[in-house]
Parts: sequence; C-alpha cells; structure tokens
Amino acid sequence: MITFTVNNEVREFSGDPSTPVLWYLRDELQLTGPKFGCGMAQCGACTIHLNGVAQRSCILPIAAISGQKITTIEGLSEDGEHPVQQAWVEHKVPQCGFCQCGQMMQAASLLASNPTPSDEEIVQSMSGNICRCGTYPRIHKAIKSASKSIAGVEYYVPEKTGEKA
Amino acid sequence: MSQYFDLTRRRFLKSSATVGALVLGTCFVGAVPRAMAGVLAKPSESAKEANLFVALRPDGIVEITCHRSEMGQQIRTAIAQIVADEMEAAWDKVVVIQGKGDLKYGDQNTDGSRSIRYNMQRLREMGASVRYLMRQAAATRWGVSLDSCSAVQHIVSHSSGKTLTYAELVNDVLNITPPETDKVPLKKRSEWRYINTAMEHIDLKDIVTGKATFAADVLEPKALIAMIVRPPVVGGKVKNFDAKAAKAIDGVVDVVEIPAPKGAPFFQPKGGIAIIANNTWAAMKGRKALSVSWDDGKNGDYNSETFKESLLATVSSPQTSIREVGNAAAILAKSTDKLVADYYAPHLAQAPMEPPCATAMYYKDHVDVWAATQNPQADMQTVAAMVGLPKEQINVHVTMLGGGFGRKSKPDFSAEAAYLSMKTGKAIRVQWTREDDIQHGFYHAVSAQHIEATLDENGAIEAYLHRTAFSPITSTFQEGATKAGSFELRLGFTDNPINTPNMKLENGEAPAKARIGWMRSVSNIFHAFAVQSFIAEAAHKAGRDQKDYLLETIGPDRILDVTEEHADYDNYGGDKAVYPLDIARLRHAIEKVAQMSKWGRKLPKGRGLGIAAHRSFLTYVATVVEVEVSDSGELNIIKSWASIDAGTVVNTDTVINQVQGGSIYGITAAISGGITFDKGRVQQSNFHDYRVPRMSDSPLEVDVEIIQSEAPPAGVGEPATPVYAPALCNAIFAACGKRIRQLPIGDQLKA
Ligand code: FES
Ligand code: FES
Repeated sequence: MITFTVNNEVREFSGDPSTPVLWYLRDELQLTGPKFGCGMAQCGACTIHLNGVAQRSCILPIAAISGQKITTIEGLSEDGEHPVQQAWVEHKVPQCGFCQCGQMMQAASLLASNPTPSDEEIVQSMSGNICRCGTYPRIHKAIKSASKSIAGVEYYVPEKTGEKA
Repeated sequence: MSQYFDLTRRRFLKSSATVGALVLGTCFVGAVPRAMAGVLAKPSESAKEANLFVALRPDGIVEITCHRSEMGQQIRTAIAQIVADEMEAAWDKVVVIQGKGDLKYGDQNTDGSRSIRYNMQRLREMGASVRYLMRQAAATRWGVSLDSCSAVQHIVSHSSGKTLTYAELVNDVLNITPPETDKVPLKKRSEWRYINTAMEHIDLKDIVTGKATFAADVLEPKALIAMIVRPPVVGGKVKNFDAKAAKAIDGVVDVVEIPAPKGAPFFQPKGGIAIIANNTWAAMKGRKALSVSWDDGKNGDYNSETFKESLLATVSSPQTSIREVGNAAAILAKSTDKLVADYYAPHLAQAPMEPPCATAMYYKDHVDVWAATQNPQADMQTVAAMVGLPKEQINVHVTMLGGGFGRKSKPDFSAEAAYLSMKTGKAIRVQWTREDDIQHGFYHAVSAQHIEATLDENGAIEAYLHRTAFSPITSTFQEGATKAGSFELRLGFTDNPINTPNMKLENGEAPAKARIGWMRSVSNIFHAFAVQSFIAEAAHKAGRDQKDYLLETIGPDRILDVTEEHADYDNYGGDKAVYPLDIARLRHAIEKVAQMSKWGRKLPKGRGLGIAAHRSFLTYVATVVEVEVSDSGELNIIKSWASIDAGTVVNTDTVINQVQGGSIYGITAAISGGITFDKGRVQQSNFHDYRVPRMSDSPLEVDVEIIQSEAPPAGVGEPATPVYAPALCNAIFAACGKRIRQLPIGDQLKA
C-alpha cells in the first residue's frame, strides 16, 4: 500500500507500483487537468507538482511518491486565483488549451523557486513544455507579469495554504 | 415541441399547448442562402439536442449553438460574438452549446479557415431576426409603432421610457411570425459592440483551471481503454499474433483484431490488434507484451531518400502545364545566365498536442461517439461504414480539441472506437499515444520543386518556369492516384503572383506510399517556401533589396485572374467577384510589415532580416523575421513581425493569437527533422526525434498588426504559416550568406 496526498487529500494505492502517476490521477481520481502528450517526459503536458516542484507525471512511478505531496492544476488554487492563472487570463495565453495546465504548473514551480526569473531563465525553465499552438510569446509575457505580482511576497505554495487534509 | 415555423412555406407545421423558448434556426439545407426557418421548441429539448443556432430561454439566457469544432481558434466565442451582437444580447446571458454532428447544419468541416467566411452572414441574420422579433413583440404589447422601440442589451425600450426585458417578451414572440430574413435590418459596422473587438474567449477560465473537456476527459460513459498496434506500413496487414502474454497482464480484459481497410485509405482505420484494458497503464503494458508479425504489402519498399531523388528527377524535366503565359520555355532554353533552384521539403506530421482520442458506445441501432474531431460528419460516415449502420444513426458529440491542424479531420480513431465497442458490447475509449500519432498519420506531402528564371537588363523576372511534384492528397481517396488535384495546386502554385510576361507552371505526377493528409495551410507551405525563397534569390542576383524587389516582382496594383492564363483555379471556393486576388492588398501587407519591422535598418554582423508575403485562404499575410546566425552556425530567431489582411475580422485578439501561433507553427517546417520512411516504416516516434518548436526555438516576440478592412471575412487560422519558413530562410541568407533550399535546415548552417 502506497500512501501520499493529492491536492491535500490523503490517498492510498495498492495496484501496480510502476503505474505512472499521470494515469493514476486521470483514470482513478478523474483529475483530468494533467494531460497526456508524449508519455516520455518530452512535452510537459502532464506536469504536476511533487512537493511543490514541477515533475512530469507520465514517467513518475507511483511507487516514488510514497509519503509525498502531489498537486495538480485542480489543487493549484481554489478557483483560478493563483498569480500564474491570473496572468494567463490577463494575457489571454491559451489557444486550444491542451498544453496549458502543464505550462502553468511549470511556471508556478519556476516562480516558487525563482520569483524574478530573467528572460533567459524563463526560456530555460519552459522549453521542456511544448505548445503546438505556439503560444510561447504569450507564456513568456504572462510569466513576467505573474513575477511582478508575486515578487517580494511569499509565494503561494498549495501545501502551505488551505490545508484540507 | 410547441410550434415549428417553416419559413420557406410561410406557415406553422404543428402546434401544441405548451410554450417554451424562442428558438430560431437558419436553414442550411437547400440552395437559397438567405432562407431562414424559425422553430419554436421547449428549452430542454433545445439544450439537449443543441441543433439550432439560437434559443432564448424564458429565464433570458441565450443559448447559441456552435456547429464548428473548437481547436484553439476560438470559434465558439466568435460565433457567439456575431449572434449576440446582432441580437443585442447581454454578454453575461450568453451560453454556447456545442453542436453534434448533424447534416442539417450544412458544412461542419472545421478546416480550410472558413468557419467565419461560411457563416458570418447567416449568423448575423439570425441574431438580427431575434432583435427584430423582440422589438415587434414589445411594440405589439404596448400598441406602439415598431420604429418607436429599440433593443439594447436584452432590453426593449419605448421612446416614452418604458422597458421590457427579452425574458419578459419570450411568450409574446411565440405568436409572431418571424420576418423574411432580407426584411430584417442588420446593424451598421459602427453599431457593432462585440464584433471586431478583442473580447476574452468564453472557454478561457475553464482552460486555466483545468476544467475544459478534451476527448480523453470524457468521464461518461465510463469506458474501457484500448491501445492498438497498427500495421507499420500503409496497406500492410496482420500476418499472425500471439496475445497470450498480453492477456496475462492484470487489467487487460480483451484482445480484438481490427480488420485491414479495403481500397483507398479514406479515413478508414489501418487495422491491427487492440488491447482492451480497464485502465490506461494496463493497456499500455498489454500492448508492449503483444507480439505481432506483419505482411507489409506493396509499400514495404518506401524509402525517403530514394523517393526524394525520384521527385527531384521528375521536376528536372517538362511536366503537365498548369498555367502559361508568353513563352517562358523558349526564352529559358536560350538563356546562358539563368537562375536555377531546386527546393525540397519532407513529409511532416501535424502532431497536435492532444493525440487522437475517441470514446464510442455501440447499441444495436445506433452508436454514440465522443471525439476530438474537426469534422463530425466525417465521423458519422466513417463510423457508419465501419459498423454497418446508416450514418444518421451515429451520434457524434464533439469535445474540445487539443489542436487539430488537419489531423483530426480524419476520424480513423472514432471508427476504431466504434468497431471495438461493437465487438465487445462495452464503451471503449481509443487512446492514441504520441508514437501512434507520429507513425500512423496522414502526412503533409513530401515535395520537390524546380524553378528557373531569366532576368531582364533591369533585373526584373523576364521568364519564369516552376515545376512542382508531390505525393497528392487525391491518393487518399482514390487508390493509386498520382495526379495532384487542382485543389492542391491552387494552394500557392497556380495563383503565383509574379508579374512577368513569360510564365510557365508545370506539375509532375508522384505516387503516394504513405497516407497523405493535409496540415495547417497544406501545400501552401512548400509552394510559398519555393516562390518566396526564389524571389529573394533573384533579388540577390539582381543586386536589389529583398523587399523592394518583392514589391516590384509582384507588380502594380491590379486584380489577378489566373483563369485568364488557362489555369484551373477555384479561388478557395470564394466567388472571384467578392474575393478577387487583389495585388494591392498583398502589396499593402508587405509595406505594412516593412514599416513595423523598420525594414532597411542597419544590423550588427551575423544578423539578418528576411521577408515573405503570400495570399492563402483569401487572406494576405506578410512576415519579416530577424535572425542571428553565430560563427559556428547556431540559429537564433530574434523576433518576427506579421501583417494580416483577412477582411472583416470578428475577434481581434484571436486573430493576433492565430497569427502568432501560425507563425511559430511555420517554424516546424523549417527546423523539424521531418517524417522519413525506410522499408515503409516511419523512422520517428515521439518529440525526441520529431522535433517541433519549443520556446527556445521560438521568437519571444511576434508583433502582429491587423489591416482593418471592410472586405468580406476570409481565413485566419492558416495563412500565417506558409510565409514563415521562406522569411526565415531569407533572413538566414541575409545574416550569413547561406541559402537554404532543402528543408529542414538541420545542420546546413554548420557546414
Ligand atoms: S506527457 Fe509527460 S511530458 Fe509529455
Ligand atoms: S494552447 Fe494548444 S497546445 Fe498549447
């Protein structure tokens, strides 16, 4: 039995421990924010947070999250009020939207560790996330503006706020 | 159903005591474009069926049906903007219902950048009819003249100051005969409040909170997951298979063979073996454990390198004439100083971010399908053929699409799901992996082109010969077809805008050894690449500035009608009186983008600007790209600019987003390794070896200006793509003197 939390709720899993977290989240918890885009850590569509840090859930075996905290886009904020989500709305970033949960989770993780990234740091951190609709210029701008709104204040880390578990 | 008003016959067909919402639908079937049918139905039915365009519910909520697929172009928002504007609906009372596949809508093929072009007029008429009815109802209730009543934002007011809301008038309207469409006044442009604005799109909040429902997010019905091993070669078949190890995997519930297709590919599944499991991971493991041997069939010899040589050989000798003026061949034959260039571009995969996916539930007399499809009517047809039911019995529910780019116009994945549901009696979701998507696609055609030209004493193009050869889309619908359709040649080839007294355009035949499909802007991609690269090459030969030379080469303001030069040209189905090929608009786009990019400015060493302009989907786009090429050959795209004249536009922010995204999509053609084949098999499998642009490949700024125009609406989703690769390669030449004629760029800059 593997025990961990997902969006601050305690969960247990007793199936195949090699199951990627992505499929557990999608198939069992019906958390469909994390998307399947490649299955080999090439596109970032499945990005979630493991203890607040961006991870590709498609290659993360569930055995590896025992005792850890998972956050998905559904748990990033109550209702889209995370600074990254707000910046995404302000800049009207999404086109089809399929990559965007992964993009936002990656961006939130970047800003949590580095609230004022340089242009180059943004490119470095975000280049593992593919957007076939080509929203990169808007993603870049949105991260800059989210950075402005959270710089200097303690970053919103889901694990620290609104504990529900 | 309370009342149904048939506008063509001007009478009510049936009625009953119950009254509900006002529902208006336009009549899409039949030849009379302005014909309208008014239908009065209960709101619950309208919501469930979602088969008409606008329903005003008794609570005042307006349901607007979107019958086109949403794949990031914000068509759901645009349709609502148009109807709500003409209707004078308050935006916070508007909801959008996604239409199922249904022939009564007319065309639902969300493809070819034509949703607005095809629908704007009738959507405006629909909205305006409701506004008119509201005023009429209020006028009747108050016993005043129609002219003294105005409708603004869900409220009808009389000149005396009294008001009624739309909700209060719903029942009154049910007794009014809808007016003839052409009697309904449409708003003046200056009165538009939603159209031609940058309104936030209606699905934005759902997307940023992870709530948008894509194909794999459909939770009802609870489906088993199928993963399919398909024949690696087109036309191949399963020889034998051993499912023992697969069946032994915990969670695998069934293994089902899907029959090989017959005849031309159409949108038929490729066949293969499906592993059906109660969760995705089990299906993936089961698929890995399956052992299959294949009979490759006649395409087992397909090799990209050999094929490339054969295409280049084809374009090196005279081919079928497509368009001709003057005597290009004779002048070129005599010339000793002609400019000659061969261009080549490989197959590409659309690779939408969401791999194909569909859920199906088969019942004896009908099938329900939930799919990320660009064309639900194609799903109806393909599924019907697969399960042996009439297409009217196939209910296709359209989810949000995680990108389409042409791949999701081909619903082989829906047919797979329906077949497996029929065989198992269970709801089945077929989930394609990225490997499936890269290896079992309908590919953008591989192409070779040969261009030669002579310049006169002023450097202008005196004679121009252009040959194109590519595996045609026609082969997907007609077994063994080697001739391109005029619908493929018209995409940037037949409509070449070069102003020269001697022009000859030729097309050579080519077989297709893979399934050929279409990808965002289709053969415009390679045709614009060759034409716009060649013009820049000629500018260089003539010692002229690229932009000035481009303007001179396309010549003075005029309407170009290529049918006068013996060409078969359907102008994207647009009436040439309404959508002429207007060189003035192309010139204007070029001048605009030159201004935006400060063309002609001094650049540091290693930097360069490139320009390209192209009309496609009846829209004019010009792009400038600025690059830096380091001494070691590293390419960096610094910034790009684009101007777009798409006639009347509905959502200005969407247009900008589409042009930005279409530009970056165009980088795919330039940098991607392309799709190559050996022994009939695709050699790439996922994003590690099929390279698509990432943020590090992309400019961080793509400045877009919309050229405001009152011309009728044209395409927006595709036209920014074809110009990008040539503008980029022209910029590379300006930066470092290397001319790229073969795509992808790969390590050509390193040599
Ligand atoms: S699905 Fe995990 S990185 Fe692509
Ligand atoms: S918005 Fe469509 S893939 Fe990024």
